[in-house]
Amino acid sequence: MNGPQDLGGMMGFGPVCPEADEPVFHGEWEKRALAITLASAALGEWNLDMGRHARESLAPHVYLGVSYYEIWTRALATMLDARGMVTKQEVQQAQMLVPPVPTKKPAATKAQTQAALAAGSPYDRKVSQPARFAVGDVVRTRVMHPATHTRLPRYARGKTGEVVAVHGAFVFPDTHAHGQGEQAAWCYGVRFGGTELWGADADPRLEVLVDCWEPYLLEAAA
Amino acid sequence: MTHPAAPHDHDHDHDHDHDHDHDHDHDHDHDHDHDHGSELSEAAIRVRALETVLLAKGYVNADALDLIVETYETKIGPRCGAQVVARAWVDAHYKARLLADGTAAVAELSFSGRQGEHLKVVENTNGVHNMVVCTLCSCYPWPVLGLPPVWYKSAPYRSRAVLEPRAVLADFGVTLPADKTVRVWDSTAEIRYLVLPQRPAGTEGWSEAQLAELVTRDSMIGTGVPKAAQARTHDDAQAHGANT
Repeated sequence: MNGPQDLGGMMGFGPVCPEADEPVFHGEWEKRALAITLASAALGEWNLDMGRHARESLAPHVYLGVSYYEIWTRALATMLDARGMVTKQEVQQAQMLVPPVPTKKPAATKAQTQAALAAGSPYDRKVSQPARFAVGDVVRTRVMHPATHTRLPRYARGKTGEVVAVHGAFVFPDTHAHGQGEQAAWCYGVRFGGTELWGADADPRLEVLVDCWEPYLLEAAA
Repeated sequence: MTHPAAPHDHDHDHDHDHDHDHDHDHDHDHDHDHDHGSELSEAAIRVRALETVLLAKGYVNADALDLIVETYETKIGPRCGAQVVARAWVDAHYKARLLADGTAAVAELSFSGRQGEHLKVVENTNGVHNMVVCTLCSCYPWPVLGLPPVWYKSAPYRSRAVLEPRAVLADFGVTLPADKTVRVWDSTAEIRYLVLPQRPAGTEGWSEAQLAELVTRDSMIGTGVPKAAQARTHDDAQAHGANT
């Protein structure tokens, strides 16, 4: 979706402001925001891409106006409410008002959480169909504006680039975010010249690499 | 639900009388939100409410929550990535493995896990400077760099890194030669990127541990360069009595 998350190339946000000796967390609430976000995801009620879609579905003025941990927790509250797990009223009153609902997985124990953090969740998959493109191929990204989740940023749509890596087949976020299955597809590193993306005034020494799933790509001549 | 024996234990106790507590100053006491105004206080209140209900319903375990915080606050951070870079600087075979398969090579140093399942390391050279961004969210190589800094997740960085990276670098005090290629990696899929910066001049014969001290977090994101050897030489001579 063309939501507020798709920031590449937007203007007007001002300078980047690095913070000297930045702490890992700015206050206790950020620690708790991280912890409940990760622990709630382990219940299996939504996947990574559904989580991202919940965040980008925040109203643009909200998304662009709050800190990233607040984006996380607002999206978490939305997902919990949508499933009847934690209602808006319960958040407002900070107490349980209705009983818990069954979840796909039980609450992870400390040991399970430790193991899960250490193992991660690989998103590559074996697929039977061969990769359509190879390193060196010239490809063109599709022009598309789905109202649903996608990981092809607007600035890289309808652009011509060169395949520089064949990463393997990965879970396809465009379907995975909407409960339509993993539908693993080949994923490629594609290099775009700065002038291809931004026009003649762009930095001639700029190259932007975008990881693109095969359904995003066409043969350049097509 | 038992409460953890942790510094935030008192937070949980407050939750029980939250509705009747009209003095919200207690949020500020331990949330350090006073610099940011009411917006973050609202966020802190929401997080506390969510945590309270999640715990009450048995959706999460308190000791698991504390483990997550402890892991990313004390165990995983940019010092991990600095060890990887220093190893690559002293060991050409390791560097070759690192560039060929980042995930496997950092696992040799026992770094692996969430948000590092598919790691690719990109090398800075005399001709190319690499920089990493996630324009769509906040993707970042957690096992080697820890959690991303605020600026990495912010709109200014995410919007400008792919459009005008040299201007972004200027915000970090970094100026590149005009003829150097800037290669920006937008983390749009599940591959996570780590920059292998160039080894500073004048560090011949330095140990891995000494070299790792020069590797900054930003140099591994590509918004910085490693510390210069000269500054290190003084510290090092004092700290270790090194012959430099």
